[in-house]
Amino acid sequence: MGTNLLAKVWDLHRVRDLPSGETQLFIGLHLIHEVTSPQAFEELRERGLKVRRPERTFAVADHVVPTDGVRRPLADPLAEEMLTAIQDNTAACRIAFFGPGCGSQGVIHVVAPELGLTQPGMTIACGDSHTSTHGALGAVAFGIGTSQVRDVLATQCLAARRPKVRRIVLTGERGPWVAAKDVILHIIRTLGVKGGVGFAYELAGPVVDGMEIEERLTLCNMGIEGGARVTYCNPDEKTFAFLDGRPYAPGGDDFPAAVAWWRTMASDRDATFDDEVAIDVGGLGPMVTWGITPGQAIGIDEIVPLPSSFREPERRQAEEAQAFMGVTPGKPLAGAKVNVVFIGSCTNGRMSDLRLAARVARCGTVAPGVRALVVPGSERVAAQAEAEGLADVFRKAGFEWRLPGCSMCLAMNPDRLQAGELCVATSNRNFKGRQGHPQGRTVLASPAMAAAAALAGRIVDVRGMARADA
Amino acid sequence: MTAQSIQRVTGRAVPLGGDDIDTDRIIPARFLLCTTFAGLGEHAFEDDRKDPGHPFSDPRHAGAKILVTGRNFGCGSSREHAPQALKRWGIAAVIGESFAEIFLDNATSCGIACVCLPRELIEKLIGDVRQDPRAELAVDLAARTVEHRRRNYPLAMVESVRRRLRDGTWDVLAVLAEARDRADALAARLPYLAFRRAGIPR
Repeated sequence: MGTNLLAKVWDLHRVRDLPSGETQLFIGLHLIHEVTSPQAFEELRERGLKVRRPERTFAVADHVVPTDGVRRPLADPLAEEMLTAIQDNTAACRIAFFGPGCGSQGVIHVVAPELGLTQPGMTIACGDSHTSTHGALGAVAFGIGTSQVRDVLATQCLAARRPKVRRIVLTGERGPWVAAKDVILHIIRTLGVKGGVGFAYELAGPVVDGMEIEERLTLCNMGIEGGARVTYCNPDEKTFAFLDGRPYAPGGDDFPAAVAWWRTMASDRDATFDDEVAIDVGGLGPMVTWGITPGQAIGIDEIVPLPSSFREPERRQAEEAQAFMGVTPGKPLAGAKVNVVFIGSCTNGRMSDLRLAARVARCGTVAPGVRALVVPGSERVAAQAEAEGLADVFRKAGFEWRLPGCSMCLAMNPDRLQAGELCVATSNRNFKGRQGHPQGRTVLASPAMAAAAALAGRIVDVRGMARADA
Repeated sequence: MTAQSIQRVTGRAVPLGGDDIDTDRIIPARFLLCTTFAGLGEHAFEDDRKDPGHPFSDPRHAGAKILVTGRNFGCGSSREHAPQALKRWGIAAVIGESFAEIFLDNATSCGIACVCLPRELIEKLIGDVRQDPRAELAVDLAARTVEHRRRNYPLAMVESVRRRLRDGTWDVLAVLAEARDRADALAARLPYLAFRRAGIPR
């Protein structure tokens, strides 16, 4: 019987079994940002402890940074305090820090893969739930809280419960304009927002094999929205090609040596799993969410479900969500008026996302009254998008081309919704109040669908914008 | 540094119906603009509390120590600010149908006991507490029961969480630090820590 990737990585990093029954797990790569780390550094100081392996922690500022210009001190004194804290903490502990303007700053889950920090076979932890993103390269990566950030800083270890593994085999031919975002929203609506609790999701099958690494990053990013703290894809030739030449990836003679090792760090052909499901994406169209959890999603050509089509407690949740969102059950979501469009985030802020959005943006201009933001995932993405002319495409079409950061995904910087505004967002959460106003409303969609909504001023099916196919 | 052992939590309850209550609702992101957890307690459920019927605004539940809620509590963001806010509001135990995993870890790190009861019992308990907010509940980790009105209900919980709370190792840092040599030995065997980098960016 073969072994799956999670088991291989887990066993390789098991320091010991703890009396609690948990594993003391060595963390190969620790990523931190300004929101969930200051209290951890403070506790180290209070306890007189040092950072055990500063060379294995990498820091960014992403959540609070303004995207319309980073002038110090920041206008928000609390944001300034946080930015100063991570600068000071990383300097004092000799941790590499990618701050605004350094050329490599950006959203942590965009930065680490693009720098080649994220590699197959690693354990990766970060005080951020979307750490599952890094599983796209064959790492076991998961979000942790601030006390656990403290634990990793002090010991490079965590007390961790080993998850079961559910293999999700994705089959079928993806239709035109059906993005990784649509596939993961479909997985979440199929298995539920808590379907993955207790599991790591292994995403496999021809659909995953056919995806580029950036698409896999989008898939794994939202695994946590389905409850799976760890989501991963097995590394393959695309993974190795993606890493080749990246600054923190193995170089010289060590690259082929690394590839040889990485080939062993994948689920064996005869690997066993705790659960296996197959999901067909053949008939899938572009997806949009109609509610207040990422699982409340439909294809753009479907109708908003009637609450009576659910059993309790989903029925009550659907009623609450539909009342909050102001959507009508039994009707399609297409046609709903849009106030704001947000293209960016650790889900969809990479080059391939911007290229798709730009293909649509070339077809027109942003509708009057719509505020449309494009927030590149990192300074490297921004530079590349400028070089390819995408930034100009967006500007010409009337989008605001911003600086990198988390921005309106969670609205910890000045990019926020106003009361009642409806935002089509390429980010990952449509929770009540998520985008900065308790009455702000979020519709999650792919970059192409978001760009189409910006041009139309309404939720539309990007497949109907024929010129975008050109 | 040894944490306190937690065997039993007794106190009045605050009933919070609903499922999939995410950490953005427990503590909205604007309150994460801070470098300390102090002061978060008063902002627990800040936006939801604008509804005057919210149990966290209801004076009858002021001083409650046990939160009773539904399924997949604490889903979403990994912000430890969520259980830290609940702890500072006064919560010492949460009885739910189920918990999101990162929240469960974070609550445990804060010394909050998260225990599970079946849905019908949760619904009964929420109804009972609404009717009689003054009644005391007990969550007993040793006996693995929730006690209410002289009745005992068997609870379910993640065993490693139960052990850490009872052992006083819910703050697990000292335990992890004991195995420093073994961690170093393991690190020396990891192939990827020995790879030379392609090049450091400017």
